[in-house]
Amino acid sequence: MVRNRLDEDAFGTRTDAETAAVRIRGLHKAFGDVRAVDGIDLDVKPGECFGLLGPNGAGKTTTIEICEGLTAPDAGTVELLGRNWLGHGDELRQLIGIQLQETQFPDKITVEEMLRLFRSFYRRGITVDEAVGRAQLEEKRRARVGGLSGGQKQRLAMATALVGDPELLFLDEPTTGLDPQARRHLWDLVERLKQAGRTIILTTHYMDEAEQLCDRVAIMDHGHVIALGTPKELIATVGGEDIVEFAVGEKETAGPHSTASASADFAQGRLSTPPLAKDASGSAQDERAKEIDLQALKAIPGVQSHRVEEALHQLSVSELHTAVPRIFAALEEQGLHLSEFRTHSATLEDVFVRMTGRNLRDE
Amino acid sequence: MNRLVLSSLYQLTVTRLKLTLREPEAIFWIFVFPILLAVGLGIAFRNRPADVLPVGATTPQLVEALAADKGLHATQMDEAAGARALATGNILLLAVADGNAVEYRYDETNPDARTARIIADRAIQIAAGRRDPVAAGNRLVHETGSRYIDFVVPGLLGMNLMGSAMWGLGFAIVDARAKKLLKRMVASPMPRWQYLASYLLSRLVMLAIEVVVLLGFARVVFGVPFRGSLVELALICVLASLTFSALGLLVASRARTIEAVSGLMNVVMMPMWIMSGVFFSPSRFPAILQPFIQALPLTAAINAVRGNMLQGTELGHMMTPLAILLAWFVVPFAVAVKVFRWR
Ligand SMILES: Nc1ncnc2c1ncn2[C@@H]1O[C@H](COP(=O)(O)OP(=O)(O)OP(=O)(O)O)[C@@H](O)[C@H]1O
Ligand SMILES: [Mg+2]
Repeated sequence: MVRNRLDEDAFGTRTDAETAAVRIRGLHKAFGDVRAVDGIDLDVKPGECFGLLGPNGAGKTTTIEICEGLTAPDAGTVELLGRNWLGHGDELRQLIGIQLQETQFPDKITVEEMLRLFRSFYRRGITVDEAVGRAQLEEKRRARVGGLSGGQKQRLAMATALVGDPELLFLDEPTTGLDPQARRHLWDLVERLKQAGRTIILTTHYMDEAEQLCDRVAIMDHGHVIALGTPKELIATVGGEDIVEFAVGEKETAGPHSTASASADFAQGRLSTPPLAKDASGSAQDERAKEIDLQALKAIPGVQSHRVEEALHQLSVSELHTAVPRIFAALEEQGLHLSEFRTHSATLEDVFVRMTGRNLRDE
Repeated sequence: MNRLVLSSLYQLTVTRLKLTLREPEAIFWIFVFPILLAVGLGIAFRNRPADVLPVGATTPQLVEALAADKGLHATQMDEAAGARALATGNILLLAVADGNAVEYRYDETNPDARTARIIADRAIQIAAGRRDPVAAGNRLVHETGSRYIDFVVPGLLGMNLMGSAMWGLGFAIVDARAKKLLKRMVASPMPRWQYLASYLLSRLVMLAIEVVVLLGFARVVFGVPFRGSLVELALICVLASLTFSALGLLVASRARTIEAVSGLMNVVMMPMWIMSGVFFSPSRFPAILQPFIQALPLTAAINAVRGNMLQGTELGHMMTPLAILLAWFVVPFAVAVKVFRWR
């Protein structure tokens, strides 16, 4: 961005295009006993759309609010556009655009009035008309906030983030709670901002959103970054492009049950499907009958890895079209009956599951 | 101050005003309620021809003697019925014949009953042949400015200034905090002092409307006098409003929920409603409480308004209440700005 190309500003800080738009080093923040952010280092390049992913309580909001200057870190530094919050707070607030996770604007104010108010805080920026246009709120311009839909409210929040024509945008869960159409609407908006060369940092629970919008993502869990890279790179670490999920059961009593010992069995390389009935009468013989020969499955060309959760077996697979018939055959050979079978392309969700053993939205 | 600073302060203030005026309940409490109260009190305490006081007596002779005075309405009843009538407030006094003497039964803490005692005794003595040694005549005067309505209008004005400033600021700020709007605002380049200042400024605009409506009504309908300078009266109102706004800011500076701030505001305002002389003179409270009562901002505000309106006192002669108001403005405001919770 042009404004990044000042070589030395009055504060002697370097702000050339090579500088990271956001540079986070050794960031820590605890709330009482909860270590919300526990040692984070990140660099976000200018013009990049960077995603923070993670389950509830992972520390995404805390990280982003430290970046926004709203929360003071316990340790570590944050530099935005070559400036830090200690000396350049007023200047930084002029340069960044913010959408918080849970702002509610007053019901009785109109879209236009809210934007005019926010515009008045910025030395430079776009006009209220332009902001209304960018957020596609033309029809709702004179409507009160109380009468807006969830998606329109989110777009108003976006518009208040845009009125200052910011270099750098922080969007905390911009699409949470929206219906698919409203989400797509917001994605368009973010796409257009990306094309305009803005640096965007967004958090989300939605993997498809991150894959669609983000150039790079950091997956967070318990205050740590557990994976960092482009969505493609991360998905590649799962080992296959597709995920096959299946469960087996007897013909007469279909339906899988959960078992706590499944992962322990998995660790030993042999795995039994869970007991169909929870009562203690399930004899050792019955158990044996439902065992799966994992080695046979893993030997199938294209099958990369296996894990099991709640009686659902997951294989990551490349060459889906040749592997699937062989999986069927192998299970048939073992005399096992499939009670469930499905496949999907590997997603960031699978990356998370693989790294933590948990589902993103289980928390 | 450049144009930009002014424009954001202006926008904040205008937004504040719009939000206030779009709240129907606020309109009721700020404008309609004090007028209703003034009307109600005006009717209840209007100057009437002196009341006819109901009394009872045990013999026809006494009833006849009492009925001779136009100020009394006498009914004959036996002692038991009379005791019941006294207890229920149907009569103020019972005259019991006791041979040649008479005994009055009444509640001496009730001013009307004391009046009834004096009139009844006079009527009975005159009927028995008493002659007054000094001839006395009456001429009745009804001076505006000494009626109850004249006393209570400044009280209502003070109460209204306090209530609208405290409720107006307290609820709006805590609501913005609870909805994370406050957090959103401070994440923007908005100067924080302007946010707080916008509350005070919008309050002053509302104040102008409120004061004109209430005092205009009192003037037109009740003929309440304005003996002091109107400019000085306006200054007193501005100072009082700033004071109560600062108190409102302080009360709202930390609270996270509407319930919490409501409780706090009631704790702060309740003693003033009772003791600061809105409806009756604070001199009725024990002497030991007086220094405390006089130091309350509402007492100071009402004293200053009464001084101006009823006695025509100049500001220069009301330094004590003005100094009290000023102190209640400066200290709470400074503390509020210091401890204010922005998120
Ligand atoms: N102000 C606070 N006081 C106490 N604990 C807090 C506070 N803010 C965050 N936490 C805790 O810090 C942890 C991280 O919270 P954070 O809001 O950063 O998570 P998140 O990743 O944004 O989650 P979500 O997806 O639910 O928004 C959580 O355990 C949360 O309970
Ligand atoms: Mg969050």
